[in-house]
Formats: sequence, structure tokens, C-alpha cells
Amino acid sequence: MALNHSNREYEAELLKLRHDILEMGGRIEEMIRDAVRSLIERDSDLARRTIAADNHVNRLEIDTDELCLRILARRQPMASDLRFISIAFKMVTDLERIGDLAVNVCERAIDLNAQPELKPYEDTQRMADIVREMVSAAIEAFINGDAERAAAIIERDDEVDELYHTIFRDILSLMLEDTNVVERGIHIQSTAKFLERIGDHATNLAEQVIFMAKGRDVRHEGKLPKG
Amino acid sequence: MAQRALMVVPSEPAQKPLSDSPAKFEVSGLVASFGDNEVLHGIDMVIPKCRITAIIGPSGCGKSTFIRCLNRMHELTPSARVSGSVLLDGEDVYGRRVDPVLLRRRVGMVFQKPNPFPTMSIRDNVVAGLRLTGGLDRSRADEIAESALQQAALWDEVKDRLDAPGAGLSGGQQQRLCIARALAVEPDVILLDEPCSALDPISTARIEDLLTVLRERYTIVMVTHNMQQAARASDLTAFFLTGELVELGPTAKLFTRPQDKRTEDYITGRFG
Repeated sequence: MALNHSNREYEAELLKLRHDILEMGGRIEEMIRDAVRSLIERDSDLARRTIAADNHVNRLEIDTDELCLRILARRQPMASDLRFISIAFKMVTDLERIGDLAVNVCERAIDLNAQPELKPYEDTQRMADIVREMVSAAIEAFINGDAERAAAIIERDDEVDELYHTIFRDILSLMLEDTNVVERGIHIQSTAKFLERIGDHATNLAEQVIFMAKGRDVRHEGKLPKG
Repeated sequence: MAQRALMVVPSEPAQKPLSDSPAKFEVSGLVASFGDNEVLHGIDMVIPKCRITAIIGPSGCGKSTFIRCLNRMHELTPSARVSGSVLLDGEDVYGRRVDPVLLRRRVGMVFQKPNPFPTMSIRDNVVAGLRLTGGLDRSRADEIAESALQQAALWDEVKDRLDAPGAGLSGGQQQRLCIARALAVEPDVILLDEPCSALDPISTARIEDLLTVLRERYTIVMVTHNMQQAARASDLTAFFLTGELVELGPTAKLFTRPQDKRTEDYITGRFG
């Protein structure tokens, strides 16, 4: 860990920012877990409680944005502090989007829970576990400035994409066999798509952590036209 | 001369590329001391032509001594000693045949506290340096004064009172008057030692804006305690610490991704 900042008030603001991101990340992880549990355990009350919990995440997003702006205006941060704050600014947007996607999963769960079960949700559960781990690891990598950890998260996104395609193929065959299951099939496919998007946002988080830790931008690596 | 002064210089992006600029100064193994106290321990540094190079670092790191070695002002202090080499356009400024007075015309200096000659008029302040070095007729003096004041972005504010005392100007105007005085002798290089530390933010912004225009023609080296100023106004930043050059790099890079942990600690305020 680096030396403390000479200005203790500034140091406290940076700590608060770190803490807020950590709290936001923790709440998001719970939301992903509960959203998928509400589907698998057919617990629509849990889905509704999870939807309500998103308000808290939205509040944290607004507070964190404000804190970042205040620090930028008052402290004119430099170097790693500057990267930390600008990345925190971007991360809260991704985190908030992940919260919204968990809400979307809950909404589908409520619809699906009102109808007979189409098939076991093993792959969906597996996807949810991976994306939750990705979010959790991204937050941890952010807090510790750990670029290696963040790079490992990016690798996992392929697993998520593969699971999504598996679910999509399975659901498609079911729908082709029996048109009565199309509505449920589409809901399950959407759920998988929401989880896949969560994986993309977790990948964004990880890329941002690498920039923060190393000062190297790995987004779209090797794919951009020469500027 | 007058035509040059009226030239409108288009605004440039704040940071210019560095790779295409030749060296103005090449400093190697520069050691400077006061008596037994060595304050610079062997500096190697290249300063590019027509760029603004900022020098930052904590008090006592040797940054002011460094720029005072560039125009041999360091040696004016009793007990001061210097060794190593400082090449200006490839020529050693410490060479035997170099006249320090002529060198200081080529490498002008502006100080922390605006120091116009208190009894002199605004016009006489600007041409004071030229007067010291020989005859100057009135119309030529007027021409040079106007040109220098134009370049220092002060002309419009003082053109109706050129005979008023320089000491009657505001702090920011006095500092621009000192810059005009430095420009009047047609230097190649302008050294500035904390030029804005006694100025309010508006005057500071005017000086910084002026520097970006002057960089078109002059090489500028500025010592500053104010890191935000270095970040705003320079192309290249050098970080000095206890008499050593720790890091030198493009300003945008140094303030976002410094390479050396000591630079990182200093610019984030984690020093000491």
C-alpha cells in the first residue's frame, strides 16, 4: 500500500470512495444471487424484494458520482489518484447497470414462476455463479489495485458466452418442438441474455482496474484504427 | 520588428509533440554547489527547442539552481561552484570564450517577484537591458518597447501611459513588464523562476496563456511549485528531488502515469 496522503481530509475522501464502491459491489452481488435464486426456488417474493433493493444501489451511484466530482474539483488529483477516481466514476455506471440487469432477471422470474417449470435451470445457475464471481473479483481487484486478478476475470467471459449459447440452443429446440412453450422459452432466453450482459459489464470493470493499476488501456486491444 | 509584434499567433493545442523538436540545451554531468554544499549531483537532461519545460520538486531540490546554471547566474553567488557541461545549440556555455553577459541576453530570466526598476517609466523598464549594452536612439527604443510589450500581452493596457512608473502597475502587469524586458533583448530562451507565485489566478492565467504564444519562438524553462501550473502550461515536466533529476517526460504522461514511484508520491501529495 502506498504512503498515506499528506492531507488527511483528502485521504478520508479517497477511503470513503473505496468503501462506497465496495458496498455497491457487495449489494450487486447479493442482487445477482437473489435474482437467480428467486427463479430457481420459484420465490417471487424474493424477486420483488430484490427489485426494491435496487433503489439503494441507485442511491449509491448518485452519491459516488457526487463524491468523485467533489474530489476532482477540490483536490485536482494526479497520477494514481487521478486514475483511481476517474475509474471509480466509470465503475459505478457499470455497477448500476448490473443492478438493473438483476432487476430484469427478477421480472422474468416473476413471470416464469407463475407458469409450470419448463426445464431445470442448471446452466442458468452456473452462469449466475460465474458472473457473480466475476463482479466480486473485479471489486476486489479494484480495491487492491490487482491487475493480474483483473486479467483473469476477462478470461472468464468466454465461459459465460459459451453457456449463453448452450442455453439458447436448448431453448430453441424446445420451442421448435412445442409452440406452447415459446413464451416461457423467450423468458428463459432473456434471463440468460441478462446474465451474459452482466458478464460484459464485469469485463468492463476488470479492464478499468487494469488501467487503474498499470496505466495501460486494454480495451479493444489491437482492434482500434491507428489514431 | 513591428510586423512581428502584430502577428496573430493561432491558438495551439496545449501539449505539442516533443519528438520533432531539436535540443536547445544538452546538460550532462552538471554538478553545482555553494561552498561545501553540493546541491546538484550530476544532472543529465535535454531541453527541447520551442517547448515549455516545467521543473517541479520540493523546496531545496535544486530546481532554481539548475536554471541558474543554464545562463551562468549561479556563479554570481559568492562560493558558488559548477562543473559538468551545458550545451546551448551545441556550444558549451561554460566555454572559455563565452561572455556571460552576452549569454544572459540570449538566455533571459524572469523572477518570482516582479522586479521592475521602481524609478523608471514603463518604456524605460522595457528597454533597460538594451540601454545597458550600448547606444539606443529614441525612435528605435520606442519601436522595441512596443514590440516587446505586444509580445508580453501588455501593450493594450499600458500604451497610453508609457511614461508612468513601472512600479504603478498591478502585480500581474509588473510580471508581464518583466517578461517584456526579457524579450526586448531578443533572447532565444526565457527562464522563469516561479513567475506566478505572487500573482492572483487571473493574472496567472494571462501569463500561462502568454507562455503558450511565446513558445512559438522561444524555448521556455519554468520552475514552479505549483504542480497544477506545470500540468496546465508545460509540454514537458522534469521532477527534481534532492539534487537529482528523477523523471523527465511529456507533461500529460508524467501527471497521469509517472514511471518513478518517487514522482508518483510527490505529485499525489504523499511525500514525506
